[in-house]
Amino acid sequence: MSNISKVLIIVPCYNEQDSVLKLFLEIKNTVNSSHFFIEPIFINDCSIDKTKTILKENNIPHINLPVNLGIGGAVQTGFKYALRNGFDIAVQMDGDGQHPPSELEKILTPLHYKEADIVIGSRYITKEGFQSSSLRRFGINYFKKLNKLLVGVKINDSTSGYRALNKKTLQIVANYYPDEYPEPETIILYALNKLNIMEVPVFMRERQGGESSIRAYKTAYYMFKVSLGTIFLYIRLKFNGKRDTL
Amino acid sequence: MENVIPYRLQLLAISIAILFMFFIFRLIAKGKLREEYSFIWIICTALLLLFAIWRNGLDVIAKLMGIYYAPSLIFLGAIFAIVIFLVHLSVVNSRQHKQIKDLTQEMALFKEKLESLFKDPKKEK
Repeated sequence: MSNISKVLIIVPCYNEQDSVLKLFLEIKNTVNSSHFFIEPIFINDCSIDKTKTILKENNIPHINLPVNLGIGGAVQTGFKYALRNGFDIAVQMDGDGQHPPSELEKILTPLHYKEADIVIGSRYITKEGFQSSSLRRFGINYFKKLNKLLVGVKINDSTSGYRALNKKTLQIVANYYPDEYPEPETIILYALNKLNIMEVPVFMRERQGGESSIRAYKTAYYMFKVSLGTIFLYIRLKFNGKRDTL
Repeated sequence: MENVIPYRLQLLAISIAILFMFFIFRLIAKGKLREEYSFIWIICTALLLLFAIWRNGLDVIAKLMGIYYAPSLIFLGAIFAIVIFLVHLSVVNSRQHKQIKDLTQEMALFKEKLESLFKDPKKEK
């Protein structure tokens, strides 16, 4: 067995014309580790700006979704792509430049040495870099408690979308992945599938373009939707066994 | 209790029920309504027809159930049926949602593969 992990960087983007090219060049240039062979793939979720043209003109590897699926569906497309093309590790990275590629090695290394099945890049372990609003922190605290209550796993930043997954995890998420706001819900999914979740501190930037998928007036809906999703996913996996995930 | 409904009105009710039934059958025959959904509509029209013909039926059933005001039975039955049917439609909708998502992803992946083969015909993954 070779000691090089094939890594797919999945970048879902919806109207990210200002940041895609920069992000692509950054990914290309940052990781120079002999452990990893890195390939990015941009998932264009039916953007209505110039994202599609920019991806095409600059020869950035990408997939165009013919119908807007939302963040969950877009990322899942990347998971399926990773599985079919024989990647060992898949990383999900936001298209707005929030997740700096320079931190990639931090979340990849534990997977390479098989210390975990999922690595979450968290900005709350050490309080460095962009820390986001108090409202979001309140939400994060709430999910931390909910996750701890349901599955006994303590995750500091369950809303972080900067994650690396190994093959075993990919097989699960290719089969079922929540559509909207998938991050907190998937913690339950991973925990109940007895996967080993690890959190490493990473530095995050403020978004460089685009809009957060969590806007202020949507917070109540977000909390409700995710709580419901989390609890029902818990019930489904706990009592129906792992016979089927959907 | 004999002449609760005038005959003219009864005739109207029966013809409307038959017309409705004919309409449903036509939709099924033309393939515009799938059999699985037509089931509930056939039952509905049958009930409509039944009560149009059996004039005292509503009163009899209401009395059996201990309902004081017979027409409220209509509302009870109708609302119950509507709610059940709406839940059924939501289930169908959710299933289709997943199917569309899967299809979209398959198509996007397939297109990407096709394009990469066009670009580099020698590389066959």
